[in-house]
Amino acid sequence: MIHLESNFVQFKEELLPKEGNKALLTFPFLHIYWTECCDTEVYKATVKDDLTKWQNVLKAHSSVDWLIVIVENDAKKKNKTNILPRTSIVDKIRNDFCNKQSDRCVVLSDPLKDSSRTQESWNAFLTKLRTLLLMSFTKNLGKFEDDMRTLREKRTEPGWSFCEYFMVQEELAFVFEMLQQFEDALVQYDELDALFSQYVVNFGAGDGANWLTFFCQPVKSWNGLILRKPIDMEKRESIQRREATLLDLRSYLFSRQCTLLLFLQRPWEVAQRALELLHNCVQELKLLEVSVPPGALDCWVFLSCLEVLQRIEGCCDRAQIDSNIAHTVGLWSYATEKLKSLGYLCGLVSEKGPNSEDLNRTVDLLAGLGAERPETANTAQSPYKKLKEALSSVEAFEKHYLDLSHATIEMYTSIGRIRSAKFVGKDLAEFYMRKKAPQKAEIYLQGALKNYLAEGWALPITHTRKQLAECQKHLGQIENYLQTSSLLASDHHLTEEERKHFCQEILDFASQPSDNPGHKIVLPMQSFAQLRDLHFDPSNAVVHVGGVLCIEITMYSQMPVPVHVEQIVVNVHFSIEKNSYRKTAEWLTKHKTSNGIVNFPPETAPFPVSQNSLPALELYEMFERSPSDNSLNTTGIICRNVHMLLRRQESSSSLEMPSGVALEEGAHVLRCSPVTLEPGANQITFRTQAKEPGTYTLRQLCASVGSVWFVLPHIYPIVQYDVYSQEPQLHVEPLADSLLAGIPQKVKFTVTTGHYTIKNGDSLQLSNAEAMLILCQAESRAMVYSNTREQSSDAALRIQSSDKVTSISLPVAPAYHVIEFELEVLSLPSAPALGGESDMLGMAESHRKHKDKQKTGHCMVTTDHKVSIDCPWSIYSTVIALTFSVPFRTTHALLSSGTRKYVQVCVQNLSELDFQLSDSYLVDTSDSTGLQLVPLNTQSQQPIYSKQSVFFVWELKWTEEPPPSLHCRFSVGFSPASEEQLSISLKPYTYEFKVENFFTLYNVKAEIFPPSGMEYCRTGSLCSLEVLITRLSDLLEVDKDEALTESDEHFSTKLMYEVVDNSSNWAVCGKSCGVISMPVAARATHRVHMEVMPLFAGYLPLPDVRLFKYLPHHSAHSSQLDADSWIENDSLSVDKHGDDQPDSSSLKSRGSVHSACSSEHKGLPMPRLQALPAGQVFNSSSGTQVLVIPSQDDHVLEVSVT
Amino acid sequence: MAVCIAVIAKENYPLYIRSTPTENELKFHYMVHTSLDMVDEKISAMGKALVDQRELYLGLLYPTEDYKVYGYVTNSKVKFVMVVDSSNTALRDNEIRSMFRKLHNSYTDVMCNPFYNPGDRIQSRAFDNMVTSMMIQVC
Repeated sequence: MIHLESNFVQFKEELLPKEGNKALLTFPFLHIYWTECCDTEVYKATVKDDLTKWQNVLKAHSSVDWLIVIVENDAKKKNKTNILPRTSIVDKIRNDFCNKQSDRCVVLSDPLKDSSRTQESWNAFLTKLRTLLLMSFTKNLGKFEDDMRTLREKRTEPGWSFCEYFMVQEELAFVFEMLQQFEDALVQYDELDALFSQYVVNFGAGDGANWLTFFCQPVKSWNGLILRKPIDMEKRESIQRREATLLDLRSYLFSRQCTLLLFLQRPWEVAQRALELLHNCVQELKLLEVSVPPGALDCWVFLSCLEVLQRIEGCCDRAQIDSNIAHTVGLWSYATEKLKSLGYLCGLVSEKGPNSEDLNRTVDLLAGLGAERPETANTAQSPYKKLKEALSSVEAFEKHYLDLSHATIEMYTSIGRIRSAKFVGKDLAEFYMRKKAPQKAEIYLQGALKNYLAEGWALPITHTRKQLAECQKHLGQIENYLQTSSLLASDHHLTEEERKHFCQEILDFASQPSDNPGHKIVLPMQSFAQLRDLHFDPSNAVVHVGGVLCIEITMYSQMPVPVHVEQIVVNVHFSIEKNSYRKTAEWLTKHKTSNGIVNFPPETAPFPVSQNSLPALELYEMFERSPSDNSLNTTGIICRNVHMLLRRQESSSSLEMPSGVALEEGAHVLRCSPVTLEPGANQITFRTQAKEPGTYTLRQLCASVGSVWFVLPHIYPIVQYDVYSQEPQLHVEPLADSLLAGIPQKVKFTVTTGHYTIKNGDSLQLSNAEAMLILCQAESRAMVYSNTREQSSDAALRIQSSDKVTSISLPVAPAYHVIEFELEVLSLPSAPALGGESDMLGMAESHRKHKDKQKTGHCMVTTDHKVSIDCPWSIYSTVIALTFSVPFRTTHALLSSGTRKYVQVCVQNLSELDFQLSDSYLVDTSDSTGLQLVPLNTQSQQPIYSKQSVFFVWELKWTEEPPPSLHCRFSVGFSPASEEQLSISLKPYTYEFKVENFFTLYNVKAEIFPPSGMEYCRTGSLCSLEVLITRLSDLLEVDKDEALTESDEHFSTKLMYEVVDNSSNWAVCGKSCGVISMPVAARATHRVHMEVMPLFAGYLPLPDVRLFKYLPHHSAHSSQLDADSWIENDSLSVDKHGDDQPDSSSLKSRGSVHSACSSEHKGLPMPRLQALPAGQVFNSSSGTQVLVIPSQDDHVLEVSVT
Repeated sequence: MAVCIAVIAKENYPLYIRSTPTENELKFHYMVHTSLDMVDEKISAMGKALVDQRELYLGLLYPTEDYKVYGYVTNSKVKFVMVVDSSNTALRDNEIRSMFRKLHNSYTDVMCNPFYNPGDRIQSRAFDNMVTSMMIQVC
């Protein structure tokens, strides 16, 4: 949509554009000739001439855009229409002038009438007018643009003037603006802007244009941008006159751009362009080396900024402005900056106010502003008024500057540009400092510093701290000032001199005599010095009560000069140990195997704070052991720096708040004084004597310089040392796994002195146990160790023995040492109980023996010896039990051969040692006459190896009737085989036992005969078994028992025989047992026949024949059982004396026994059976075998392969 | 060309900052620090755009009377800030872009060094030389 506005002007020849016309707005686009003539005469006489003349003038000016309008009036027409109907005036004119362009002539009929014809003619006229006007406009505009371009192309020619060209292009812009084509208009200005900028740049590069030198004239006026008028004609004229300065041109250009942008509803672009323009202008003036009075540009920029802002505010509502602060805040900030520099320039910031020179400068600056422009004269807050007021007095300046600054900070903050806000705040702080108002400056400095610290910008931190230090000094915040000073003194971004200065500040303060003695200034230590590492001596950080502990720390001094520190104190937290386990000796050795060096992580502040705000997790394994038996109760992972990780984030930002540092006053303190801390690493050693037992945790490290205390509030990681006290202890343990009785054994005595000091003459009093000897050796030595197992000395041990007490005098040893020595002890073998195994003879015994072996294995018999020891440190005796094992086990057996008797003794070595046996004796303790023990052992010395047995055999011979029992003692000397020589003679090993009923009474002989007519026994065929029981002696003492019956001077006894085949070789047919009455007389014989059937072929051993004493019923024995139960349970009754493990094959034969027995004793109380002692029966056929050949008709051949 | 070149970590602490030795270093530190405001603003405005289509070059952050501050942000939010003298009109956007690209490549090389701990100050000599070469062309 194009909007074209046109003016109707009366034609004058002067108004016609001449050649080279540059004005477009006043350009006559269409020439219209109006005539009312309707009379041909009149036309011919005057109008035609006039028209011709007009046409000629137009032609002369080469204007082809014209229109002839003939206004017809009906009234007039009526008179003349009939005269010349065909040749009307219109036609004539058309003929005369519009021979080719018939459309250039329009008739307007009765313009004042209200008829359709009139309407029609008006429409036709207006359409024509519009078309022609636009045609002309387009043509001329195109021509104008062409001309303009041509002109621009000539810019390299000498004499080309920018101002001239400016006017031409601006004309175009105006036209576009007039057409409401603001975008196009803006483009024209932007082109001009760019062209000018390019010239300036080229000029800077040495390619100067003549016309530009004009713009380089010194700046005399700096009255800022004027944006309130659409066209600043004043400036435009000056450009036209080529009198404009650079600032004028720029101002004018921008004002036009601004107007157009506002038309385009783009106020924020105005703000943005304004900032660019202002920066650009400053740069251009610099580049063109235009002389500018100091402050002039600042004024110009300040005014311009405010003008732009006010212009924008004027065309936008509040909400719009608020939401677009991001665009305008730059201008605010720029204005603030400029006002500040003006203030400094004009001495308005200094404490004293401006001096005369400053005032002169101010006057000059104000002069350059000129008079206020009329359009703002009525505005109270105009930029002009503001600047004038601000420069007028110190107070007014302060007010304006603060207003601006606060507004800027607020805006920056509101859009989240915190850093920019802080930066402006710092300027403000600087201003306050100049105004000697440090209390106001502090908050801004703190704010900025916090920001820089949080983001770890070292240089800004240093700079801001320096400002803050000055501020705090003025404020008299001694503590804060000293803290900041200490930080600055350790700051490597400062020069050495500056650091020394700040360090000196601290030292000066510290050396001042304090008016308030005892008052301490507490500062954090980090900036002063850093704890690098810590070293314990002893390295396990465990020391006994009274012991000396050294702690060596490395402190890295950050100060640039050596600092004399009165004292360095470590506050120690003491906690009483609760865990009794920790007192034990083993804890000492297990505890803390580290090398005793604790390294402290280097302080990473101030560089990247944001990084170390969250420290790394410090995870540790945790084992909690039961205090009683040291078994593991719980285990887990603990995070040791939870307090660091979980603290609130806000508090981490308050990095420089000294409030967090508090001096801990503890009872336990490590002190070191005086110390001079050189710059860099320093070694400081603390020495302490341990007093109370417990755990000591190093908490705080303080260094005092005068009244200034540098405190490290927490020593982290946690450093502890332990002090323990120990009760004296005596520990006795065998050197070997177990002690063996009978030979000398070594026992180790360990005396842990604990807190007790062994004095000369202190001794251990051992009350002697009866059967244990303490062997005193001449060369026994005691070793004395320190608690850390370092050997300190050794001394000979003096042992004095009396019959009751052995006294061992201990070597002199200090507290917390260990004395170790060894003693030899000998446990005397005690005689085992007499006859303990007397009834385990013969077969029954061997059977038992076998079972015994299985059950007890190789367990040695042990004897305990208790020794009570009186220790010098205690009134109570310590009782120590020593267990000795007897290395041997002995068994005996009685062997018979007919009536000859042998005693066999088996010695079994259960220990791990080899022994040498010698001098074996077997003696009859009862000393029976006529009894002789003849040894059959050939060697007197015999080795017995570990886990092996040795047998000894004696033949028993007698001349008189032997006693029913025999008490024997076996003794054998033994000594360890490995030992060459023993200092003492060892007691022999003895074994006492009793042998009973060793005299043979009966001889049992069994024989098997093949069936009659056969040579050999065959399987499956019955053979006859003949058992011959022969009495070998007359009545003896041992026969006198219940079974003995007497009749006619003859004695007889009842025996029961039983044939049992345990190996299932034979099937006993018929009765397998029977009771016989045996006369008690020598050579009395009883013969029994039985049928047996061999089940297998081969050499078969004979079935066993057992002989029992058949005792008649004894009321005492059977009263428990009544007759009924006997009948029912008779198999049980037989089993009682039968075999424990009956074999299935013998069941049949045994069944017959049952029946025999039960039939015989039916209704009678049950008689008893008593096995005859092994020594009384001799089986003369034991071991004999009978050849059985397989039966011929045996189709089954059983082959067993083993 | 440039008067100050800074590499700033994701957490906004400087990894590397160098300025022409002739000028006040502190001024540039302040300037670069303040420019982070604009970087943040631009990044958050860009956050809506798709990540892979994101333009790393942030353009002119803010002009001052004497300097122009340009910004560039890597995908890992490491910022490069370059301060250029305003009077140096020869430097166009394209040159600045290519300088940033060079800087980014060199920074990538630094990061590839297995002995470099990400987050530490950059002390690479190669990087330093590259920065020097970008600054030396001023004079």
